[in-house]
Amino acid sequence: MSTLFDFLDNPNYDLLGAFWMTIKLTFFSAIGSLIWGTILVGMRVSPVPIMRAFGTAYVNIFRNTPLTVIIVFTSLGLSSTLGLNLASSESTTSLEDNAFRLAILGFVAYTATFVCESLRSGINTVPVGQAEAARALGLGFVQVLTLIVLPQAFRSVIAPLANVMIALLKNTTVASIIGVAEASLLMSDMVENESDSLLLVFLLFAAGFVVLVLPLGLLLGWVAKKVEVKR
Amino acid sequence: MSAQTVLYDIPGPKARARNWLYSVLFVLVLALVLYYIYVGFDEKNQWSGALWDPFLKGSTWTEFIVPGLLNTLKAAALSIVIALPIGALLGIGRLSDHKWIRVPVGAVVEFFRAIPVLLLMVFAAAFYAFYTDIDAEIRPLFAAVTGLVLYNGSVMAEVFRAGILSLPKGQGEAASALGMRKTQIMMTVLLPQAVTLMLPALVSQLVVILKDTALAGQLTIGFNELIRSTGPLTGLYGNTIPTLIVVAIIFIVLNLLLSWFASWLENKLARRKKAPKGAKPVHSAPSSVVMQRDDASGGAL
Repeated sequence: MSTLFDFLDNPNYDLLGAFWMTIKLTFFSAIGSLIWGTILVGMRVSPVPIMRAFGTAYVNIFRNTPLTVIIVFTSLGLSSTLGLNLASSESTTSLEDNAFRLAILGFVAYTATFVCESLRSGINTVPVGQAEAARALGLGFVQVLTLIVLPQAFRSVIAPLANVMIALLKNTTVASIIGVAEASLLMSDMVENESDSLLLVFLLFAAGFVVLVLPLGLLLGWVAKKVEVKR
Repeated sequence: MSAQTVLYDIPGPKARARNWLYSVLFVLVLALVLYYIYVGFDEKNQWSGALWDPFLKGSTWTEFIVPGLLNTLKAAALSIVIALPIGALLGIGRLSDHKWIRVPVGAVVEFFRAIPVLLLMVFAAAFYAFYTDIDAEIRPLFAAVTGLVLYNGSVMAEVFRAGILSLPKGQGEAASALGMRKTQIMMTVLLPQAVTLMLPALVSQLVVILKDTALAGQLTIGFNELIRSTGPLTGLYGNTIPTLIVVAIIFIVLNLLLSWFASWLENKLARRKKAPKGAKPVHSAPSSVVMQRDDASGGAL
């Protein structure tokens, strides 16, 4: 067994560090996309036509653009061409930090559209009476949405949101194309240099993702059952 | 859409004025953001004609964009054609009565659904390079299609399974009452109906496949799809941003067409199930908060 995994002794291969980077990317992008996605869904169901139009246009544009294009754009477009820098240039790791933050920016812009669409389908599961009662109490649109409808909608879409988050976790691999040192970048390094143990390298990384995805799915599935509104 | 939602009352004069105010404010903020972007572009000379002119030249399209687009479409088409039967087999396998078929098939499906497509492609590229003597010219296409088929085959297996399970129970029961065997029931009664039910979902899956082909030009895979094939353009004219915008527009148009086709199919199939003409609709209260329906939201990413 020890001889099988000899290639892991190479100090250049920071396996745990790479997966930790994947987890960090997922975590921050998830928070960002949940917030931005909620704002988008608020726009899409609002009484203001121009906001509805903006929300719809944004979702259709970003949902139908490949994530690869978005991530390449953040790096080559925003950073290299337009000079957008998200990390202080004094720090020693400014390049890595910049790529990391740009990647998160791209993931949030992309994933928020799916969060928005899941939530919008969740709003449809809330019984009409809820919103009608809220309006009868004299609540305005923002209050109806934030106090009555969205909390219930959130509870009913934990399962689809879980799928969105799992997809996000897998999508973080795309950050490797702009040089964020996460799992898939390390794998493509290893695949080049360790051709003898190719299958082993693949299974190692595959196992890493299975280990991340399965608990996430089970946990969120359990949460979904727990908070589901019994109707 | 004139659909009145129940989230807010029909606006009276006050509310209309307020909505106007919000509209104006929102437009102002949006205009500010756009102006900021415009100035940012302007500072870096991104609006200069020299960067956009290449897209008016025929050679740009014939040498860079069209070949890349054709490669992208080729990979997507091959993937769906190969993934469909594999998905059907795996989906049926998961419904098998025999434990020794059901369990391993389930494991395979779950395994390939949990793994990022990019990893599958990187692995496939290396595998073909080291262990097969496929011509280096065509190897990237093989790697791209392999990755896409493994992932999407598993996704489609789930779609098939859900489609078969959603059929009325009576279908299978009636078929077995007629003395059909299990395979016969599946092939002649259940599967054809399930495929019709699932068509919209399968077309939506095409959007996912098309977007995923964009991965195949990256890292060590090196398939010459749209993003990669337009790379030299940016070297020639230094027009990274315009190029990426044009590439994005091509993808958006293709995917919107596919999404539209999927929802058209869905409506067409939904019409089949409707009550025959002349049947009185049962009066029903609106059952959802938002009454507007638009395109089927793409579930998978």
